[in-house]
Amino acid sequence: MTVFGVVTALLQVVLVAAVGPILVGVLRQLRARVEGRVGAGILQPWRDLIKLLRREPISAAGTSWVLILAPVVLMGTSLAVAVLVPYVSTRSATANSSDLFAVVALLLVGTVVLTLAGLDTGTAFGGMGASREITIAALVEPAVLLAVFALSLPAGSTNLAVIVARRVSDQAQLASPVSLLVVVALTIVTLAEAGRLPVDNPATHLELTMIHEAMVLEYSGRDLALVEWASSIRLVILLGLTANLFLPWGVATQAGALALLVGVVAFLAKLLLFGAVLGIGEVFIAKFRLFRVPELLAGAVVLGFLAVMAAFFLVQGSG
Amino acid sequence: MSNQFVQALNLAAGLILLTAVLTLWIRRVSTLVRLIALQGVALAVLVGTVAWHGHDQQLGLLAFGILALKAFVLPYLLRRVSTQPGEAETDPLVNVPASLLAAAALAAISYAVTRPLVALVPSAQVRATPVGLTIALIGLFVLLTRRRAVSQVIGFILIDNGIAVVAFLTTSGVPLVVELGSALDVLLAILVLQILTNRIQAVFGDTDLDGLRELRD
Repeated sequence: MTVFGVVTALLQVVLVAAVGPILVGVLRQLRARVEGRVGAGILQPWRDLIKLLRREPISAAGTSWVLILAPVVLMGTSLAVAVLVPYVSTRSATANSSDLFAVVALLLVGTVVLTLAGLDTGTAFGGMGASREITIAALVEPAVLLAVFALSLPAGSTNLAVIVARRVSDQAQLASPVSLLVVVALTIVTLAEAGRLPVDNPATHLELTMIHEAMVLEYSGRDLALVEWASSIRLVILLGLTANLFLPWGVATQAGALALLVGVVAFLAKLLLFGAVLGIGEVFIAKFRLFRVPELLAGAVVLGFLAVMAAFFLVQGSG
Repeated sequence: MSNQFVQALNLAAGLILLTAVLTLWIRRVSTLVRLIALQGVALAVLVGTVAWHGHDQQLGLLAFGILALKAFVLPYLLRRVSTQPGEAETDPLVNVPASLLAAAALAAISYAVTRPLVALVPSAQVRATPVGLTIALIGLFVLLTRRRAVSQVIGFILIDNGIAVVAFLTTSGVPLVVELGSALDVLLAILVLQILTNRIQAVFGDTDLDGLRELRD
């Protein structure tokens, strides 16, 4: 374990945690501008978080320790993923553990804990939100696994650091049919998992359409701040992963301060690019009916499956 | 076999596969027509790549012909049909998740079936033939499960594209006359279907083909 590795790992956590609310702010600001509003500025989510962090959390009568534990576990798993995935450098101290299955499992732990908290409050909305969230999660997981599995076939490893390093060195892979199919699948999955527009509307408080918001209705004060912060971190995690898999340029594959600086700048630029596309794209689409969501995710699963087959039949041995 | 050739070929094949899967996914006919046009472009790129690689001028000309026909003429004709009332959305008999899973199964079948073919000449070009067979099978599936006349035409185009992909990849191009003949066949079929949909529309006020099951004097 080198000094560089430790510094990189710490830098990634701090960076992702700091950028999360700012990315949400950028998305809201873009939406506001496209809709002709002034907007609250990109730092507004941070101001909200700081205000909420100072407030005392109030638990509803009859709730158990699950409600209190959930935000902590959600935040912990999100930060753990932020350490593991190679966002800035593929040579961080934790690169050996950045296994695809570990990352997906950690994300799922966060999702499940939050649904448990939604059930724990015993309110109608909490239960409804939890049931919807878990339905979507059950459909999202196979799609994520298949999609990244297709990318792991050419690299010969399910370690994300190895996959990204391989894609940096062998740029011919970026324009392969496998990439083409996976980029569509992963985009859908990111939208679903992060609760963005055709699947869930992050701005809604209308009871019939809420998914994420319905689960966290009973939270207040510090706990609400943690949940909101962790959600924004998850958005960065997923967008950053998609960005690094398809535009791997700039990710540091060597040790060194300059490489690290380039890695950070490139990561922020990619995040801004993907965030801008997402933010502007969201203005033009409407939320899907809940019963159409499985169609969307079934499509992602099938594209992932076809990508695995293409990786197997088209690419192997022909390059 | 140069690397760029393989990459362009695979990318075109991947795009054709992607658009074929998306045709099962999307309900709005105007978007479907756009997808078919995109698939036509990808097919033309595929043929153009094969022509460029084999220094085949006749095939190169054919690529432009395919581009004109499948990316512009057919979508234009389809768009004219699809602007009629009642044609805005397709109405699949099998729901969308099931048909997507069926597409995955069809892809697996075509990979399995073409394995002996690929084993004959395991080049990158032949390796992509399962994509062609998959498209043809998906087209057949669309023909079976969609009710609207426009969706039937789209299934027909998918089958034709699939056959063309297999033909160009395995034989580096069938004789020009044969290809022109089949392309004109499709054009003719669409013109006939356009007239037919107009007639069906005029008689029944709808183009749901399920209404045509009963025979009357």
